[in-house]
Amino acid sequence: MTAFILKRLGLALVTLWILSLIVFFAGQILPGDAGRAILGPLAAPSAVKALDHQLGVDQSVLQQYWNWITHFPGTSQQYQAPIGPILTTALGKSLKLAVFAFIIVVPLGIFGGVFAALKHGKWQDRTITVVGQSALTVPEFVSGIVLILIFSVWLGWLPVSATAPPGSGFFTSLKYLILPVIPLVLILFGYIARMARVGTIEALGSDYARTATLKGLPRGVMIRRHVLRNSLLPTITVVATQTGYLIGGLVVVEFLFRYQGIGLLTYNAAKNRDFPMLEACVLTIGVIYMLVTLIADISFSLLNPRIRLKAAE
Amino acid sequence: MSAIADVEIEAAGALHADRQVARRELIRELLHSPAFVIGAFILLVWIICAIFGSAIAPHSPYAQSLLGINKAPSSAHPFGTDQLGRDMLSRVIVGSRDILVIAPLATLLGTVLGTAVGLVMGYYRGIVDDVLGRVVEAFLALPLIVTAVVAIAALGTSNATLIIVIGLVFTPLIARTVRAAVLQERDLDYVAAARLRGEGSLYIMFAEILPNVFSPIVVEFTVRLAYAIFTVLTLTFLGFGVQPPSPDWGLDIATNYGVVSAGYWWEVLFDALAIASLVVAVTLVSESIEGVLER
Repeated sequence: MTAFILKRLGLALVTLWILSLIVFFAGQILPGDAGRAILGPLAAPSAVKALDHQLGVDQSVLQQYWNWITHFPGTSQQYQAPIGPILTTALGKSLKLAVFAFIIVVPLGIFGGVFAALKHGKWQDRTITVVGQSALTVPEFVSGIVLILIFSVWLGWLPVSATAPPGSGFFTSLKYLILPVIPLVLILFGYIARMARVGTIEALGSDYARTATLKGLPRGVMIRRHVLRNSLLPTITVVATQTGYLIGGLVVVEFLFRYQGIGLLTYNAAKNRDFPMLEACVLTIGVIYMLVTLIADISFSLLNPRIRLKAAE
Repeated sequence: MSAIADVEIEAAGALHADRQVARRELIRELLHSPAFVIGAFILLVWIICAIFGSAIAPHSPYAQSLLGINKAPSSAHPFGTDQLGRDMLSRVIVGSRDILVIAPLATLLGTVLGTAVGLVMGYYRGIVDDVLGRVVEAFLALPLIVTAVVAIAALGTSNATLIIVIGLVFTPLIARTVRAAVLQERDLDYVAAARLRGEGSLYIMFAEILPNVFSPIVVEFTVRLAYAIFTVLTLTFLGFGVQPPSPDWGLDIATNYGVVSAGYWWEVLFDALAIASLVVAVTLVSESIEGVLER
């Protein structure tokens, strides 16, 4: 088991290193001179040269990569301030949004998927599948804008902004997060329900489920003890891989609702071509995704004896 | 010698006829699926709008009327007018054009590149597979939108950049699927036979294995197409795609959603419904094709 975890950790580190190279070189593609791009075409050559030196872009690419890695995360060009604190604050806010979304969608998605599987082929199954599949393909900003129209503009129930006024209590700030969370929930619901449905259908048709039925177990007990235990295992991995989609969705939702999380930070960095900030954001997102998948893989293998034993070989 | 050649030609002819029958059977089955018919119909409507948009639209999508700004839907402007007095119905109709050019081209690019990379990974295995596999993993660790935003920030915004970036981002995703399909084929007898005949690796990959992994590639294309539409519209909404004053659904929503609180709902709602109908139509079509091909 330790060997398995170490191997996965090693692979994750290699992937992370490649990711850092990709992100760093994306920042290098920017045509022309960084100092010139910031100061504009009318700036004096000496000023451009001085800024280039200050930014470190007059050094060799290798030297620049080394500087970047050793001084990570560095200084934002746009804010003229260290990236670290800005990034941590934004990350905390996004985490709040993400956790809220997962708390709603994980039970909902699993329930929907299992329910659809138990009604396999009936109208309930088809409705859940079609609704889930459609929710999956409608972009977050589209569902977001329709929700704003209905609940803020027409009904006036919920605020358009996601940020509660300073000093408001836990439940007030939660109320401000309801609208932004729904577009995320819609997308994730599609994925999780689909996996839970497929897993449950498979488990229902398996030999052990038939054996359990034939030995006289009531259907409810059979489903709880034998079917769910097996069908929900793959769903764990799906929930983890959805973290990636969730962060992509955060960029859009935080932009739409003006919520100062890591998504909006990434968006602003890209819009203003603040590459140190952009690189830091992207690498952070990559690390989060890899950590979550790693944890999911490990818990998956801890729960699944077949993989656990295979890894021990 | 000639007898052998004759038999070969005959066998090839029979195979060809078989394929034609199979294809006709697939199309017949698709036309009997209500999901496919509904999806294809909506898709067709939008394709017609994309091609003949300017001819169908009652007004020019660019024509401003400063006396008729923010007008609610009426018989003259069924979808109302926007902040510059432009007819929303015309903008929704013509707005289908860019998305229906960019998304399919991006998906096609990704499918062609992804198929090539997947064939190489699956056929050679070993070190090539390992190295490419790591790069694919690194790309997959980032959400598509984030990768695209970074690339567009580095390369600048244009429709061509959008196509190339989304195509390149799709490449590893499609490569992974194709690789898995190739792994199941590479040890089969016909590949060994081709190798014994002395065929080159390129010939075996593209002329022998490729036709046999074609259905997962078709499924992958249709699934990715829905995702490309999703991504292009999102990027445009964020300001990284089609630029103003072009009529585009994502762009129009981004421009007009600031005035939604003033009650001008028609300036975003019809664009939102257009997007929803298009993505759901593509999903219905792709789900039906997947269902028929994998049976």
